[in-house]
Amino acid sequence: MKKALYERPVIQRLNVGLMNKYGTKTEFEPVREIDGNSVASLTGQFGSPLFVISEKTIRNTYRDANRAFKTRYPKVQFAWSYKTNYISAVCNVFHQEGSWAEVVSGFEYAKALHNGIPGSKIIFNGPDKTKEELELAIKNDSFIHLDNLDEFYLLREVSAGLSKKPKVAIRVNMDTGIYPMWDRFGFNYENGEAMDVVNKIILNSNMDLVGLHCHIGTFMLAPSAYSVAAAKLSELALSIKKKHNKTIQYLDLGGGFASRNTLKGSYLQGADASPTFDMFAEAISSSLFNAGFSEGDLPLLVLETGRALIDEAGYLLGSVISNKRLSDGRRATIMDFGVNILFTSFWYNHKISPAQPFGQYSEDTVLYGPLCMNIDVVREQISLPPLKKGDQVVVHTVGAYNMTQWMQFIAMRPAVVMIDLNNKVHLVRKREGLETIEGQEVLPGYLKNCER
Amino acid sequence: MKKISVAVTGLNAIDSPGPGISVIRALRESKVFDVRIIGLSYETLEPGIYMHDLVDKTYQVPLPSTGMELLMQRLAYICSQEKMDVIIPNFDAELFNYIKLSDRIKKELGISTFLPDLDAFEARHKVNLSEYGKKHGIRVPKSKTIFNIAELSTLKQEFEYPLAIKGKFYDATIVYSYEQAVAAFNKIASKWGLPIIAQEFVRGEEVNVTAIGDGKGALIGAVPMKKQYITDKGKAWSGISIDDNKLLDMTRRLMTSTKWRGGLELEIVKTDAEEYYLLEINPRFPAWIYLAVGCGQNHPEALVRMALGETVKPFTTYEVGKLFVRYSYDMIVDLKEFEKISTSGEL
Amino acid sequence: MEIKKNIALSDTGFVFDPSTGNSFSTNPIGLEIIQYMRQGLSDGKIQELILNRYEVDKNTVEKDMEDFMTMLSKLKLTGSYEKD
Repeated sequence: MKKALYERPVIQRLNVGLMNKYGTKTEFEPVREIDGNSVASLTGQFGSPLFVISEKTIRNTYRDANRAFKTRYPKVQFAWSYKTNYISAVCNVFHQEGSWAEVVSGFEYAKALHNGIPGSKIIFNGPDKTKEELELAIKNDSFIHLDNLDEFYLLREVSAGLSKKPKVAIRVNMDTGIYPMWDRFGFNYENGEAMDVVNKIILNSNMDLVGLHCHIGTFMLAPSAYSVAAAKLSELALSIKKKHNKTIQYLDLGGGFASRNTLKGSYLQGADASPTFDMFAEAISSSLFNAGFSEGDLPLLVLETGRALIDEAGYLLGSVISNKRLSDGRRATIMDFGVNILFTSFWYNHKISPAQPFGQYSEDTVLYGPLCMNIDVVREQISLPPLKKGDQVVVHTVGAYNMTQWMQFIAMRPAVVMIDLNNKVHLVRKREGLETIEGQEVLPGYLKNCER
Repeated sequence: MKKISVAVTGLNAIDSPGPGISVIRALRESKVFDVRIIGLSYETLEPGIYMHDLVDKTYQVPLPSTGMELLMQRLAYICSQEKMDVIIPNFDAELFNYIKLSDRIKKELGISTFLPDLDAFEARHKVNLSEYGKKHGIRVPKSKTIFNIAELSTLKQEFEYPLAIKGKFYDATIVYSYEQAVAAFNKIASKWGLPIIAQEFVRGEEVNVTAIGDGKGALIGAVPMKKQYITDKGKAWSGISIDDNKLLDMTRRLMTSTKWRGGLELEIVKTDAEEYYLLEINPRFPAWIYLAVGCGQNHPEALVRMALGETVKPFTTYEVGKLFVRYSYDMIVDLKEFEKISTSGEL
Repeated sequence: MEIKKNIALSDTGFVFDPSTGNSFSTNPIGLEIIQYMRQGLSDGKIQELILNRYEVDKNTVEKDMEDFMTMLSKLKLTGSYEKD
């Protein structure tokens, strides 16, 4: 006779106010495969933990965003935000869809060129650009976004000796009613600083002012803030036109659209509360149309959306290392991934699904990572069916920032695979090994031996 | 009489009561409907679950914080057991999900709702109230949205104590000092998340209005009430219907300019100078909605009729000087019943 | 370990302790174990029964049983009357 499916025995006190199992049961519908590939076969082939990227989801999300904006506004250009995820395979899916590159460092700039994107489709942002990098950007016809006056003077100096005029935009910060106000980047709109630097550029440099840029915050849940931002940037563009008879070619509204993740401290689920691309598009495009541009002067709308385009396409597969009982009776489960590779667990309550079938009983659990550090907590509290050693889970919505902010601490970073539109799996970043670290180290000759 | 089935949430008729039981009593007294009541509960000790003369059958539903998909799945399950014509959600925290789902609930499950649209709902949020007041020409006490504790220390530049510290969905505390403000901030933020709202404390008499709009700008009914006795949680233990045309005018103006669909409660302070300050808009019926029925305006019945597509003529009068006096009552419940709702999620 | 004699058990996994007024909920396998305990079976015997009935190895059953017993005692559902 075949034996019955085993589940760990559990008992818990019925508390008033405790979520009943009928409510949470479905949160952990097992997720046994991603785009036609079983979790077990993926980790069997590439190890656990493992990042998995769905090309289908990237393209569908991009097309949804593109549709939302292009059906509302005639001139729209997305620029892929490299810092969100700069694995080349990911970048090139966006580039194939028509995205430019938006980079914030010399390294990212080099990576974009290496991926084959022409310099004239690279937006160079960020406060840290060296003389050499600026020179390269000028030669390549890239869009240089000025962050501060020191950078303006440096660029003026660099460009003085060159025949090419640098194409620049200024980054503008402003009050859009959002807290916190990001005023550490760029020039302030309300106190006139932005107009001052515009005057300097137009009257006192050989730069070509082509755009205005702002980036009002991150994980924004209020489309209305973008409508304020678009209105203020338009106002600035129109006053530049009036004062200098100079047409601003593009307005770059930056990024910051929220993804479907749930922020810690949020009462509602992110998937429900986050605005859709249509809502952001409506807010921005109606502001631009109402700003009073003459038809020929309607600027190109540039968007540097990162998180909202890639978050949902990323999954992290992992396995249970061990279960234990904490001194106060709470259940704790230790996973083979922690904050080292799932950096975003510092600010999200990531949705986590078991990858195998289970009964309908669940237990409150603390989810720890494998690091020998107290801060390594993936979820402070999550209701999960009883998992046993070796059981696997799928962490959802991890495509943004994890594969760029991950740390190599006491263990190597895992492999990343991409599943293509035909459900075929491609390794896009190898699992790191000892050689990844050793290759960078230089051991002085007299220390080659462990013994004196 | 037409037989219909109505699902109602907010069965927590406790010391800080939800409106569900009052709404159900109103529907039970309908002269046009013969209702079967499906209770939707979040917790196993909500008294309504055990009030079998008022609630025919109760189902546990997932907390709003678990998201819309789970709610939709649970409603689909209940629909496989029960016919439901209308759902009346009665908690602020669940309205966002119900509003967003209302089309799907109608299309996929055939259940009607009668809720404000998302814009109207969001605009009246405490966080947005100042803006709201300006837009609709209504006085609103000065308020500030606060995201972190450090901002509390800057409040004294703009506000004078006492202040009201309020949660995004529920809870409000009057604080008289910075220290009290910090304590209130921590307590409310841990329960309801950020932001919290600091609001100027306006001195005067608090009056409330329960009202219902047709979603096209018409005020279908409104009854103003003055609290007579307040519990230590700030809830009315007793209240009396009053005659105040200024209040009714203000309510009517609000309905016209917001095109509110469904029930709402206005919390208003009337100062000595006879100025009316809008403190809060609760986007659903209040727990004392049965007073409106007692005064001759059955708002829940009107809501169900409109939800089912009927046209309802506005109420024009109500009885002034009717009191409600709330009372508590100990039911005796068999352990079997508690066990059943606890383990099967139905009773 | 012995389970309190007077606790009420139902098929749904609802457990009621009349001496404290607390109620609990357990999953089907937990219910099965508590029922065996009420019949006075030894830990060893219970483990044997579970091993025979379910697809599981000995180490796991041993570890999970110990954990379950810890929880029962933490929740004050056990009483070793003889020793007291």
